Amino acid sequence: MQRRQFLGLLGATAATAVLGKPAQAGPKHFTGYPDSYGVLFDATRCIGCRRCEAGCNRVNHLPAPARPFDDLSVLDTKRRTDGRTFTVVNRYETAKGIVYRKNQCQHCLEPACASSCFVAAYDKTPQGAVTWNEKVCVGCRYCMIACPFDIPTFEYWDPLAPKIMKCHLCYPHITAGKLRVPGCVGACPTEALVYGRRADLIREARQRFHLFPGRYLDHIYGEHEMGGTNWLYISGVPFSQIGLREDLGVTPAPEFTSGALAAVPIIAAAWPALLLGIYAISQAKDKAARQEKREALKEALAKAKAECDAELAKVKAKAEADKKAAIEREVKKALEEAAKAQAAKEEGE
Amino acid sequence: MSGEHAPSTPVAAERASLLTPFNIVTGLIVFVGLILTILRFTKGLAGVTNLSDNNPWGIWISFDLLCGVALAAGGYTTSAACYVFGLKRYHSAVRPAILTAFLGYALVVFALHYDVGRPWRLPYPIFYSPGPTSVLFEVGLCVFLYLNVLFLEWTPSALEWLGLKKWRNVMVKMTLALTIFGVVLSTMHQSSLGALFLIAPSKLHPLWYSSYLPVFFFISSIAAGLSMVIFEGTLSHRYLHDKMDDHYLSTHDQVHLGFARGAAVVLVIYFFLKLVGLALDNNWHYLLTGYGAMYSLELLGFVALPALMYAVGVREKNLKIIRWAAVITVLGIVLNRFNVSWFAFNWQLPAAERYFPSWMEVAVSIYIVTVGLLVFRFIATRMPIFYEHPDFKEAELEEEEPHEHETRPHPQSFGH
Repeated sequence: MQRRQFLGLLGATAATAVLGKPAQAGPKHFTGYPDSYGVLFDATRCIGCRRCEAGCNRVNHLPAPARPFDDLSVLDTKRRTDGRTFTVVNRYETAKGIVYRKNQCQHCLEPACASSCFVAAYDKTPQGAVTWNEKVCVGCRYCMIACPFDIPTFEYWDPLAPKIMKCHLCYPHITAGKLRVPGCVGACPTEALVYGRRADLIREARQRFHLFPGRYLDHIYGEHEMGGTNWLYISGVPFSQIGLREDLGVTPAPEFTSGALAAVPIIAAAWPALLLGIYAISQAKDKAARQEKREALKEALAKAKAECDAELAKVKAKAEADKKAAIEREVKKALEEAAKAQAAKEEGE
Repeated sequence: MSGEHAPSTPVAAERASLLTPFNIVTGLIVFVGLILTILRFTKGLAGVTNLSDNNPWGIWISFDLLCGVALAAGGYTTSAACYVFGLKRYHSAVRPAILTAFLGYALVVFALHYDVGRPWRLPYPIFYSPGPTSVLFEVGLCVFLYLNVLFLEWTPSALEWLGLKKWRNVMVKMTLALTIFGVVLSTMHQSSLGALFLIAPSKLHPLWYSSYLPVFFFISSIAAGLSMVIFEGTLSHRYLHDKMDDHYLSTHDQVHLGFARGAAVVLVIYFFLKLVGLALDNNWHYLLTGYGAMYSLELLGFVALPALMYAVGVREKNLKIIRWAAVITVLGIVLNRFNVSWFAFNWQLPAAERYFPSWMEVAVSIYIVTVGLLVFRFIATRMPIFYEHPDFKEAELEEEEPHEHETRPHPQSFGH
C-alpha cells in the first residue's frame, strides 16, 4: 500500500494539507506490479479431487482436517476457507452440469485488506502475493469486513494470540526456494491450475478461448474485478453460478475510501479556522451587546439625572415662590392688621 | 438527604444502605461480567461470541463502539454550543455532558479490549506500525486523541474536588483550545465511523450504503448528542436531584428547550440529506422490499417523527414531548448504527450464515454500560458536576445579570 500512502503520522494531516501532496492516484491507473505472478484456474478442467487442498495443507503445515482429503462427500455441502484451511473446492450444479471451483485469496492488485489495515499488517508484494504479518496484527478483523471475496479468516478459538489466516500464494516458501510453484498448483493432476506471470496467464486464457471455441465464456474473472487480481478464473458457465460475484465492479477497493480520507486534512485545516471565526463573532456580539447595555444604562442614568435636576429646580423654584408669596402674604396681613388697628384707634379717639 | 451530610454516620447504617435494589442489580451484572471476562480470555472469542469468518463484527462493534461513540457526542456539541457559539445559557449542561462523553469514550476503548484479538496491541496503530491508508486508523487516532482531550476537559471538576486551585485555573484557561480541538476530532471520527463501511459496497445493503455515509454519521451524531443531553439530564434530574444547585435547576428547562430547538433543525437537515442520498443512488425501488420497510421505519419513525415532536415541543414549551422526542432520537441512532453494521450488513448471505449475538455478548455489553453508570454516579455524587463549586464561580457568568441567580453552595460540595 506504499503507493497510496498519503496520510502521515500524528499531525502530518495538517502538513499534507499545507504541502498539497496529491491524495489520490488521480488520472493514473494502477495495472499491477509488472512481472507479478499469479494462478490461472480453469473451471472446465477441475475435477473436484481436492488434491490442491491436500497440497496446501501439506506445504503450510496446517492441522489435519476432520475428514481426509480423499473423502469427496465433503463436497456435498458448501464450504468456505477458515482458520485451518487456506483453500477449499466447492461443487456447483449448473446448466452445463457439475462444475467445481477452487476458492482462496484472490491476491488483488490493490487489496481491500491492505488498504483497510490500520497497522499495515498486509503487504502487496511486487511478486503478486498479498501477505499478512503476524507481528503487528491487533486482531480487529476490519480486513475481513473489507474483503469483497470473504477471504481472511480468524482463529476465534485462540484466547491470546489469534491469527488472521489466509492463502499467501506460498510466497514464503517460493522466496525461500523451498517451492517452485504454490502447493495447490503442484498438487493439481489435471493442470486446472497454472502458475505464472499474470500477463502470460491472461495471454494463455485468451489462447484457450481461441483454441476451444464454445468451451469458455469470453471473460477472464479477475482481470478487472475489483481493479484486477493476481488469481484469474476462466469458465464455461457464468461465474455467478460457481460462487463468484459478478456485481463487484472494477473499482479498486482503496478508491471507495479515498474521498473520505482526503477530507481529513481539509477538516483539520478548515474547522479550527471556521470555529475560531464563529467564536470571534459570538465574542464580538457579546461585547457589542454589553457595550450597548452599558451605554444605554449611562444614557438612562444621565437622562434620569437631568430629569431629576429639572424637577428639583422646579420644586426649588416653586418653594421659593411659595416662600416669597407667604412672606408677602404675611407682610400684607401684618400691614392690613396694622392699618385696621390704626383705623380702630382713630375711631376711638 | 438529611442523613447524608451528617459527618459521623454509624458504620452499621452505612452497610445497610449498601444493600439497595440498585446496588444488588448492578452488583449481579458486574459479577456476571467478570466471569464472562475470564471466559473471553481463556476460551477466546469463540467461547463467548457468535462471531464467524463471515461475520467478524458483532454487537460489541455495533453497540459498544458505533452507538457508544455516537451517544457520547453530547460532549462536543454542548461544549461547542457554550464556548464556541457563545451560548452561555447552556453552561450548566457542559459538565455533565463532558463527563458522559469522557466515560463514553473510555468505555468504548474498554469494550474494544474484549473484541480485538490482541488487546495489548491497541496502541500499535498509533505508536508502532501505523496504517494511514485505513479509515480505522483515522478512527483510532481521533478516538485516542479525543479521549485525552475529554480527560483534560473533565479535569477541572476533579481538581476543584481536590482543591488544587492553581492547576484547575490552568486547565480552565485551555477550555477554548480544547473545545475546538474536540470539535475537529469529533467531526473526523464521527464521520469516519460511517466511512468504515465505504470499503464494503458489496456487503452493505444499497439503502444504507452511500458515499454520504460519513456525512450521515456526522450529522446524526449532532442530533444524538443534543438528544442525549436532554435524555441524561432528565434521568439525572430524577435520580441526582440533591446534587444540583439552584443555577443548574433554574436553567435546566431552558437548556432542554434550546437543545430541542437545535435537535429539531439538525434532524430535519438529516432527513433531507438522507433523501438526497436515496435520490442520488436512485434506490427508490428498494423501498418496497423488506429492507425498504426497515429503512422507512428508521427514516419516518425515528427521524421525521422526533423532529416533528421536538418542533411542537419547542413551540408549545412542552418539556414532556421534548423528552419523549429525545428518547426516540436516541433509539433511532441505535437503530441506524445497527442497520449499517449489522441488520443490513452481509444482507446477501443466506439466513443460516447471518449473525445473531449470543446472550454472553449481550451480557458483556450490559456489563460495560453498567460500569459506566457506576463510575458516572461515583463522580457525579462527589465532584462539582451538577453544581458550581463555591470557590470557583465561572467568571463569564458575572457578565450576565449577576444578581439573577444567587448560586448557593451545596451542603455536600466537599464530598469527602
